[in-house]
Amino acid sequence: MSKDIRIRKGLNINLVGAAEQTTAKAVLSNVYAINLEDFHGITPKMLVKQGAEVKAGEPLFFNKSDEAMLFVSPVSGELVEIKRGARRKILSLKILADKTQSIVEHGGFDTEKATSAEVKAHLLKTGCWPFIKQRPYDIIANPDTNPKSIFISGYTTAPLAADCDYVLQGKEKELQAAITALGKLTPGKVHVSVGANSSSPLAGLNGIELHKVSGPHPAGLVGTQINKLDPINKGEVVWTVSPQDLVVIGELLLTGKFNAERKIALAGSSVKAPKYYTTKIGAEIATFLYASGVNNDNFRVINGDVLTGAKSRPDGHLGFYNNTVTAIPEGDDYEMFGWALPVFNKVSTTRALTFSWLNPKKKYDLNTNTNGEHRAFVVTGQYEEVFPLDIFPMQLLKACMIKDLDEMEQLGLYEVAPEDFALTEFICISKQPHQKIIREGLDLLYKEIG
Amino acid sequence: MSDKRLTFKKRLHILKHHYRDKKMAPAFNAIHTFLFSPDDTTHSGAHVRGADDLKRTMNMVIMALLPVLLFSMFNAGYQYYAAIDAANNVSREFSLWDTFLTWDNFWIGIIKVLPLVVVSYGVGLLVEFIFAIIKGHEVEEGYLVTGMLVPLIVPIDTPLWMLAVAVVFGVVIGKEVFGGTGMNILNPALTIRAFLFFAYPTWMSGDKVWVYQAVERTGTADAISGETVLGALAQNNLAELNYSVSDMFFGFIPGSVGETSTFLILLGGLFLIYSKIASWRIMLSAVIGSLVMGLIFNLVVDMGVISEASNFYGLMSFEYWKHLLVGGLAFGIVYMATDPVTGSQTNKGKWIYGFLIGFMSVMIRVFNPAYPEGVFLAILLMNVFAPTIDHYVVKANINKRLKRFKNATILPKDSDSKAEELKAETV
Repeated sequence: MSKDIRIRKGLNINLVGAAEQTTAKAVLSNVYAINLEDFHGITPKMLVKQGAEVKAGEPLFFNKSDEAMLFVSPVSGELVEIKRGARRKILSLKILADKTQSIVEHGGFDTEKATSAEVKAHLLKTGCWPFIKQRPYDIIANPDTNPKSIFISGYTTAPLAADCDYVLQGKEKELQAAITALGKLTPGKVHVSVGANSSSPLAGLNGIELHKVSGPHPAGLVGTQINKLDPINKGEVVWTVSPQDLVVIGELLLTGKFNAERKIALAGSSVKAPKYYTTKIGAEIATFLYASGVNNDNFRVINGDVLTGAKSRPDGHLGFYNNTVTAIPEGDDYEMFGWALPVFNKVSTTRALTFSWLNPKKKYDLNTNTNGEHRAFVVTGQYEEVFPLDIFPMQLLKACMIKDLDEMEQLGLYEVAPEDFALTEFICISKQPHQKIIREGLDLLYKEIG
Repeated sequence: MSDKRLTFKKRLHILKHHYRDKKMAPAFNAIHTFLFSPDDTTHSGAHVRGADDLKRTMNMVIMALLPVLLFSMFNAGYQYYAAIDAANNVSREFSLWDTFLTWDNFWIGIIKVLPLVVVSYGVGLLVEFIFAIIKGHEVEEGYLVTGMLVPLIVPIDTPLWMLAVAVVFGVVIGKEVFGGTGMNILNPALTIRAFLFFAYPTWMSGDKVWVYQAVERTGTADAISGETVLGALAQNNLAELNYSVSDMFFGFIPGSVGETSTFLILLGGLFLIYSKIASWRIMLSAVIGSLVMGLIFNLVVDMGVISEASNFYGLMSFEYWKHLLVGGLAFGIVYMATDPVTGSQTNKGKWIYGFLIGFMSVMIRVFNPAYPEGVFLAILLMNVFAPTIDHYVVKANINKRLKRFKNATILPKDSDSKAEELKAETV
């Protein structure tokens, strides 16, 4: 029986610059890049040398702790640069794309008949495995674990993020293939959620447990849905896949080709004509950013949405998991008596001479200013208003800060990912780095216990 | 506008970089961020942030306190002249414009209340700046509110040197030794108040310090009374109590500088609830708590358990709801109990915490023979117990999780065949 989810606690941050639902084809990028920061906790071992020619879908490196887990190139071309940082840690790989693309053919795969082991091996071999992430720890799923269920959220609530319903249009076949394959990997259910009034292609799939979700952000986050439907206990593992990655997996299963192409939303108030583009994983952001035009020079490019994305630049590259690129103004300016004057152009959950409560539908042009300085935790009770999970947010954050493993466990760190704390970070009066605190807490817990 | 302003902004910006990593940086930044909210941009996590910061939050509380402060300046003079008239047996009619909001009254406020504010802020901020510079952290905003609360909760005739000593003690021992704003266990303003009370008890607990010059005039021909409502009740001087309910509600009575006007405190409380700065849960439950305790005492009197000769008769027979109108109860509930750092931090905990503050305040008020007021002691006591309350509230969440864990059937790690088998069973 499907269970619907209604979220009351939360906050929709309405921003100027939502992507218009028309799609243009982005200019082909010359150089594609794989940013290793996208794969948290993975230590790469290179399979090809700098200067080597690779095909699209050909493995570039594998996971040091699991040789079977391959990471493939999104395009065919020459591996022109392996950028390394301190202690020769690999930071990113750059591939100069060929004019004519050649793709590795894996051949057809009979999803219906395949066993769980065969599905796993196929996904690992073809480079699709990294699309599957796991909780606890919010890392790429460990193929040796047995997830109690798999969650896919097709409901978008994050500010300016790509609308799932729109980007998935016409992809029913691919989605079905991927769902069928994923269904073999868990003894539990494959939970798929869609917006209450949406016409998502996800809704018509077989082999899923469909949930209708409504409410403000973070209703669309998979962490919220897990917490409401099937919370994670210590020792349990839940896998999550984002829907647009399902399309890549599905297409690979159907055609045998790793197709890195995806539809992304280019949004934000610094973009003149925000809309959707089809491009590929790793493409240079400038190839579509300047096609839409930018409003001024002083802006920030974000790989992802404004709450959880990674800071990038116009010459940065589309992240492995992203289907949104946002550009908003930098806020590196002072504001005279900014702490005392009434505020009409910023979002707030209080009414402390802030007036965003007057008109909840109003769209704001927010910049990257922190609107205040970092302080110790002082105010209480405000995170709870935007945090729908059955967890004490401030207590969990404090447990992470003092590295108290027992408390982290008891207060529910296994159930959360950094993105679940993006909203509390947004409203935090003390300007504490919540997502960083949770990430470090998860890393510590993984190192000590996982 | 403003080439001049631009250059001022620029100049400060250059100075900020000049002071970076220097000893005086916290002091400079404190002044700089007061003038301009900083140009910091987000580096990790969410790229956009909400509009509120700690300065704005603290500023809201100060705004809620300003009417109280203004009122108290008039009331200082009003009580002074009223006491003189009473001593000379001159009857006077109360009139808001003719006898209360007068320049004469305000002048007493300027010479008596304002110095308290200046000393409180001056000494307190000095200590804060010194600690920030020594420890190399930013000057945090906590004292902005504390510094305003302190002059409002002391008797008007508190000598300035006493106040200064108490502020130093309160800020250093009450806050800085714990690590500064956000880390303290006890409310700093109440720590200062408690220090004054326990260090100078003969001065602080008399019945004279509540009205300007009442102490000085004692024993002379011009002696005036400085007794508060609670003081009179504690002495069982019910006959002398000639304040009407409206006097008590609007605050035309003697008492600590800013605690008298329940009306303005109520407005301030509503403002803080409306702006979502202070917790309505604490305020409401504290009011309930005090009413419950007051009712119990009234009941005891009604049942004839104690006689009129009893020491406690005056306060116990005081109608339960009037407790909210006299003394510092309303002020404490609205401005002190709601301090988020020292109060309970969980929503459920706030209900318990607030209720016990109201309950204990009235209890201590009635049973304390030395000094007929219990609010600051009750809040300080509950400050100490707030972490314990929270511990049990959080524990309930932890237990829920543990129970879920025990009832869960954890799947075998790994093993593909097992997964297949389990699947076969469920289908």
